[in-house]
Amino acid sequence: MHTDYKHEQSAHCENGVITNFIRSYGHDFMTEPLAFGLGSGLFYIHLPFIKVNGIPAFAFRTMPGLIFKRTCRSLKINVESKRFRKPETAQNYLDKLLEQGKLVGCQVGVYNLSYFPKEYRFHFNAHNLIVYGKEDDHYLVSDPVMETVTKLSVEDMNTVRFAKGVYAPRGHVYWVDTIGDISEHDIKKGIIKGIKRNVRDMLHVPGPITGISGIKYTAKKVKGWRDKLGPRRAGQYLGQIVRMQEEIGTGGGGFRFIYAAFLEQAAAYFDSKELLSISDEFTRAGDMWRESAMLMAGALRGRASEQSDYNKMHDLLNGISEVEKGAFTRLSKLKLK
Amino acid sequence: MKKEEIPQDKSTLENITKEMYYVKGDDGKYDTGLSKGWSVKAEALESAWDDIDNEVEEARRAVQNGKKSPVYFFMKKELMDDSILASYVGMMKFRVKWHFKPGVFKRLKHATLLKYAKVFNISVEELKSFEG
Repeated sequence: MHTDYKHEQSAHCENGVITNFIRSYGHDFMTEPLAFGLGSGLFYIHLPFIKVNGIPAFAFRTMPGLIFKRTCRSLKINVESKRFRKPETAQNYLDKLLEQGKLVGCQVGVYNLSYFPKEYRFHFNAHNLIVYGKEDDHYLVSDPVMETVTKLSVEDMNTVRFAKGVYAPRGHVYWVDTIGDISEHDIKKGIIKGIKRNVRDMLHVPGPITGISGIKYTAKKVKGWRDKLGPRRAGQYLGQIVRMQEEIGTGGGGFRFIYAAFLEQAAAYFDSKELLSISDEFTRAGDMWRESAMLMAGALRGRASEQSDYNKMHDLLNGISEVEKGAFTRLSKLKLK
Repeated sequence: MKKEEIPQDKSTLENITKEMYYVKGDDGKYDTGLSKGWSVKAEALESAWDDIDNEVEEARRAVQNGKKSPVYFFMKKELMDDSILASYVGMMKFRVKWHFKPGVFKRLKHATLLKYAKVFNISVEELKSFEG
């Protein structure tokens, strides 16, 4: 058991697991924004056909698991992982890893996660937490989005590790054997790569639904929702955007503030005024996203649900797309060494 | 967003945890701060739950009117759709959908009912006797 394990809260679970992992191996430089940026976490996608309860899906970050994979790879951290068929085998394996004194990352579903408030328990299976020990019939759990550490009974743990549906975890556990030296040069190289990849994801993915084009696409759609779907259904669509953008784990403004914080930290590594100034652009984008969420909530609750309000959302979203386009274009022209 | 602008509205997270925001501190540098909740988000979450409650109520009425089986109602109640339920009970989706028919449901074997009851966290008796 890690008696000296130090839990640090983070905005987002995946970033938090990486950060806590790396810090617990003595690398204090690691922060949540850095993990997010090295993993090129910022994204936008509007999926009109993949519907969750009949409502289109939106995402403000890359696919679950990808940030983790990219960040560890760019710092040359070797991550072992395993999935299972049977809960018993999965439990034994977890226990064995804990006996060896390892910190173990677990992918879980939140629907049966007993310490979460009921209102947040949907069938979402890509939540991550760290198990740092076992006491009697309980696992000691460090859930990055919680303020303090918590516990889960063995039975509850088996249930959430074997949640079913999209992204079913199948008992997925992952751990790190050792982490070697990480030099400042490695971090800088990782930052450059992370930024480049994020520029690609936001500016150059073909098709109309991703990155800055995706935001424009949503803007266009939003304008037509009131007529096409009626105020009630349109409100449900807007509610979906607001929840994906602001719910637990985004750090506010659809991850834009975390990204701005990453660029601020990157600026210090490279002593670059330009990076600092681009960071401000993402802060601006984040503020605009929050303003858009306020408009959407107004329409959703019928306070301001005229067509003119939908037009305002359209204009604001287009504005956000422009701000982010400008910021990523500046990032793409940056020459960092 | 500035640190003093972090919303501290009422939310369902109260007494459970606080959410972390990345915000600008007084010195113009990024810092983190905790939020109790934001009314805008609370409204979006509330309205999502209103929709769910409506759907569950509709499902209850469908059982009452003999249009759907209890399996359908409990699926809705547990916020599942047919594919999530199918993977929990380990059956094909079309078979689960078939069991939404009241007539088919009445002829289900005990073993099949038990699978559903376990997933819904109720007894077979409760499942069979549910009338809406």
